[in-house]
Amino acid sequence: MKLNKKDVLGISELTADEISSVLDIASIMKKIILSGTKKTNYLRGKTVLTLFYENSTRTRVSFELAAKYLSADTININVSTSSVAKGETLIDTGKTLDSMGADIIIIRHSMSGAPHLLAKNVNSSVINAGDGMHEHPTQALLDMFTIREYYKSLKGLKVAIIGDIYHSRVARSNIMGLIKMGAKPVIFGPSTLIPTEIESMGAKLSPTIDDALYQADVVMGLRMQLERQKHALFPTKNEYAKFFGLNESNMYLAKENALWMHPGPVNRGVEMSSNVIDGRNSVINEQVTNGIAVRMALLYMLSGKESKKEVNYNNIISIPMQEVYA
Amino acid sequence: MKILIRDGIVVTNEYEKKQNIFIEDGIITKLEENYLAEADLVLNAEGSYVLPGLVDAHCHLRDPGFEYKEDIVSGTKSAAMGGFTSVACMANTNPVADNKAVIRYIIDKAQREGYVHVFPIGAMTKGLKGEELAEIGEMKQAGIVAISDDGRCVENSSVMKKVMQYAKMFDVAVICHCEDSYLVEEGVMNEGALSTQMGLRGISKASEEIMIARDIILSKQLGVPIHICHVSTAFGVEIIKNAKRNGIQVTAETCPHYFTLTEDACKGYNTMAKVNPPLRNKEDVEAIIKGLCDGTIDIIATDHAPHHMNEKNVEFDIAANGLVGFETALPLSFTALVKTGYMSMSQLVQKMSTKPAEILRIDKGRIMEGKMADITIFNPNIDYVIDVDKFVSKSKNSPFNGFPVSGKVTTTIVNGKPTQRDGSFVL
Repeated sequence: MKLNKKDVLGISELTADEISSVLDIASIMKKIILSGTKKTNYLRGKTVLTLFYENSTRTRVSFELAAKYLSADTININVSTSSVAKGETLIDTGKTLDSMGADIIIIRHSMSGAPHLLAKNVNSSVINAGDGMHEHPTQALLDMFTIREYYKSLKGLKVAIIGDIYHSRVARSNIMGLIKMGAKPVIFGPSTLIPTEIESMGAKLSPTIDDALYQADVVMGLRMQLERQKHALFPTKNEYAKFFGLNESNMYLAKENALWMHPGPVNRGVEMSSNVIDGRNSVINEQVTNGIAVRMALLYMLSGKESKKEVNYNNIISIPMQEVYA
Repeated sequence: MKILIRDGIVVTNEYEKKQNIFIEDGIITKLEENYLAEADLVLNAEGSYVLPGLVDAHCHLRDPGFEYKEDIVSGTKSAAMGGFTSVACMANTNPVADNKAVIRYIIDKAQREGYVHVFPIGAMTKGLKGEELAEIGEMKQAGIVAISDDGRCVENSSVMKKVMQYAKMFDVAVICHCEDSYLVEEGVMNEGALSTQMGLRGISKASEEIMIARDIILSKQLGVPIHICHVSTAFGVEIIKNAKRNGIQVTAETCPHYFTLTEDACKGYNTMAKVNPPLRNKEDVEAIIKGLCDGTIDIIATDHAPHHMNEKNVEFDIAANGLVGFETALPLSFTALVKTGYMSMSQLVQKMSTKPAEILRIDKGRIMEGKMADITIFNPNIDYVIDVDKFVSKSKNSPFNGFPVSGKVTTTIVNGKPTQRDGSFVL
């Protein structure tokens, strides 16, 4: 099963069926990761480049491991030392990488829409690893994967997304994905960090944190970007933690078995207390593992798009499909 | 040289009727139905409108300093192509047009090599920095018709007050670019549902409206007439309407993109639709059209803002603001306002020729016996699709590529000379 598209630029461009397929394949990939062997041949001979214009450890490493587990050749382009620092445009950089034979370019960029610009100008497949305040599709996919593993289905689940929604591409991708999959995202954060007309995306804006958390099936904290403080969006970390932070004194409002999630990296004691991060319902570390599985799935589903012949992966994946769809 | 324009419908700010025009040595000597006489050139305008040459109160010719985007030659050619016979160019050149040397350069080059009349607008403040007054008197002597820091807002209200007070002595139009840059922050498109979905920083309508209100209040206090640039919001129109009702001497302009496009044009990170102020919502477009019809908005300007492809073919956040407008302004306005029945051709002539000339205090914008012949012949019956590759301008940055429109300028006469005929130019 392959995705019938060149690029994965955002959740907005994926149908519910496509999302389900990615999550299905991701569960196969997760089994491969957990099997201990970790090495498969699906991307042998393919070249995967990560082009990161923004600092990132977990996402870049996660993509790189995903590609390596699939036997792709991987190269990380360190932007500060590349010709980008010399003023090369994104399109020129993309065309150069394209000419070098990149099959898949994974891009992270501080500007919304940068992956779309790249995708339009290269033959390689492009995966968006986070663009500005726009989308972070693989994060949303791994979050949905994590939720689905526990609840089997996303339908009807109340997912509370709490924190800096304004700057958050994770929130935007999750809102779109959750709605497509039938869940009910509810958001809350300081009003200076809630983007204009957010409800147009389908999420419900809660008036209070208690209201957002009440009877939630999933609680997702968002990273507070502390460097934003100088823009007068919130007064102090202390006040933020007190009124907008997730901690044991408000998490009890969610359902007893609710999943506690965070895309990381976490500011301990700001948007989430240590008791929550390391708490009984926290699946934050599992999210990291699932991230690799989801990214493997996407890489697999995008590679070899050009070959007309449908790959019969009943033959190449040792785990029978029946088990996956059971 | 004698020119006879026959069988066209002459449209002025006052009437539309079939008249022949006879031009001798650059001057209109006869304006009369069925008038015939020996001429060196007879232009058959049957089925076309014959308009007073269009006057653009707001454009960027990019000369000196940014000749790779446009220069006075290519810019005035583009203007002539679009039916403009007079253009007023903004001061954000390099060096900035904040002194008589740059103003003289523009006027001299335009006189030597330009295809239409060029009226430079001087900067309000030195270097467009919004701090110290520019040499407005010196520039007035050198030939400016107006002052503006367009592209930037004079943020400091005290400086703006002094600009208005000082300008009053020199009889120059005061053209205000209204934008509270603190509110804009790093905004790149209209603030709303779409900017939220696209993850782009929004530019609130308030950022424009606050400065419109401020400049109107200063104008009221000082009794200095002001002209508000490129109005894009419904409430901005409302503020101006109120000011006019209260007798404050304010005039206002909008541009064709503010009554033909909404923010939806930005979808897909289309940098061609990135402009400042940004394209707004449907209700704003409706209010702009209403404001044009009821006279709140006096004129239509192009804000012709050429940019090289390299400045548009980049990430939306860092793409240049603006679009080229000379060659699309009249067809777009005709299609969106006249063909739809919102206004008469005569009203459109008022908005694009007579009134802008009045605001700039220049003797243009009329077809009358004894006046210099600046005339535009416009055939409203030609339907076509806008093709940016056919633009005469050096730059092709337009969101209107592929737009169906009606009406084409076939001839542009400047000082009694047919400068542009069906895309051929004579200097």
